[in-house]
Amino acid sequence: MVGIIGYGTQIPRYRIKVEEIAKVWGADAEALTQGLNLYEKSVPAPDEDCTTLSVGAAKNALARAGIDPALIGAVYVGSESHPYAVKPTGTIVSEALGICPYVHTADLEFSCKAGTEGMFIALHLVKTGVMKCALAIGADTSKGTPGDALEYSASAGAAAFIMGTENIVAELLDTHCYMTDTPDFWRRENARYPEHGGRFAGKPAYQKHVFGAVEAILEKTGMKPKDFDYLIFHQPNGKFPVQTAKQLGFTEAQYRYGLLTPTLGNTYSGSSPMGLAATLDEAGPDQLILLVSYGSGAGSDAFVFRTTKHLLKNRDMAPRVRKQLNEHLKYLEYGEYAKFRGKILKPE
Amino acid sequence: MNVPRHWRETPERYRMEAAKCRKCGKISFPARLICPACSNKVFDKTNLSGKGKLLTYTIIRTAPEGFEDIVPYAVGIVEMEEGVRVMGQITDCDLANLKTGDKLISKFRRMNEEGKTGLIMYSYKFVPDVGI
Repeated sequence: MVGIIGYGTQIPRYRIKVEEIAKVWGADAEALTQGLNLYEKSVPAPDEDCTTLSVGAAKNALARAGIDPALIGAVYVGSESHPYAVKPTGTIVSEALGICPYVHTADLEFSCKAGTEGMFIALHLVKTGVMKCALAIGADTSKGTPGDALEYSASAGAAAFIMGTENIVAELLDTHCYMTDTPDFWRRENARYPEHGGRFAGKPAYQKHVFGAVEAILEKTGMKPKDFDYLIFHQPNGKFPVQTAKQLGFTEAQYRYGLLTPTLGNTYSGSSPMGLAATLDEAGPDQLILLVSYGSGAGSDAFVFRTTKHLLKNRDMAPRVRKQLNEHLKYLEYGEYAKFRGKILKPE
Repeated sequence: MNVPRHWRETPERYRMEAAKCRKCGKISFPARLICPACSNKVFDKTNLSGKGKLLTYTIIRTAPEGFEDIVPYAVGIVEMEEGVRVMGQITDCDLANLKTGDKLISKFRRMNEEGKTGLIMYSYKFVPDVGI
């Protein structure tokens, strides 16, 4: 038996509203909020990045797991905003958590799917007995081109999961993956901002891969949409996951706990993992959860978890996602936001 | 700060690693070679909890090189749960509401960087302890 033994998240305190961004670029804020089900997003402080958010989330996961950090045999950090082009985020995170030196680390990148990539590897390393525990983190401080549609959603946050075999809070029942080469979103070396295929990012990209992964895992497990208590899809905005869930036969009661994007934005590699954390905050024991990520480029990882009685024991050892999302907030004006995100260029 | 010095200070900057005297139990942060209380030279490593209260602070409005873009910001002395006093930046706070006695907690943050191509230096900072 393998599964999640501890989970944690970290969300910056700063927010910017969609109206504030739209005001600067002359866009129709109401059309954006209603059309994309997106109202505000998190913004990292100037001293926050993928590494600091990863450490914060992982400390909360360690608090819930209640284990000696030295028991962790692998640390995987999935992100598209690693602070260095060459120098691992994973070693900094491992050092800060007291996991070094007997640990395997790797930085992963697969657009918004890098977080679940780490979860997939960590779960299977523990399952095969290579190590007792492994840590997987999805974290991003993503950026959108000023005025582009992505600027309204690209946000910051992290989720961390410690996988193990004892005191499991959510047992892994099965996994499945669905990948193709689909050029819907990319960022070239040295490019400041990513580029995307506009509407091409919808049906042939997000929907095709999420549909593919869901249908494959349902067939593999013999389960039906109604069998699940909770559902989490990747959330590039508030529209895609809701629309896709309904088309696949899921209901609002299944996805509402894990849907964070309307007031968090798209935390990229942290997106669906943070939705899973928010769901674990609310779930009871012996409930079934379906998690399906999506990363441009493109692919989806699907996981089926069953919660256990241990979930209730350690849940309050760290702050819940909705508390981090809704408390101690500070709203920024666009000028402050532009400064925080390094969008104002000064002479070198 | 040069790279070797930053690397040497990683345990205290990344994990708030302190030294606990094996003879009298006094905790020193940063770690010392000789206990200031009993002159013993044998210590055990211990990590500070990160929790403390603000003893005093100042607001920096004219910053040293590398910190100009974040003014105004607060720097204070925090008395940790373990009794040691630590100086550090206080971030994620509303400066107008900051006051001595406030409960603070340490967070792992970016401290500085050697330009846009150099090393990024991480360290502890303090934020209001609001349970998140």
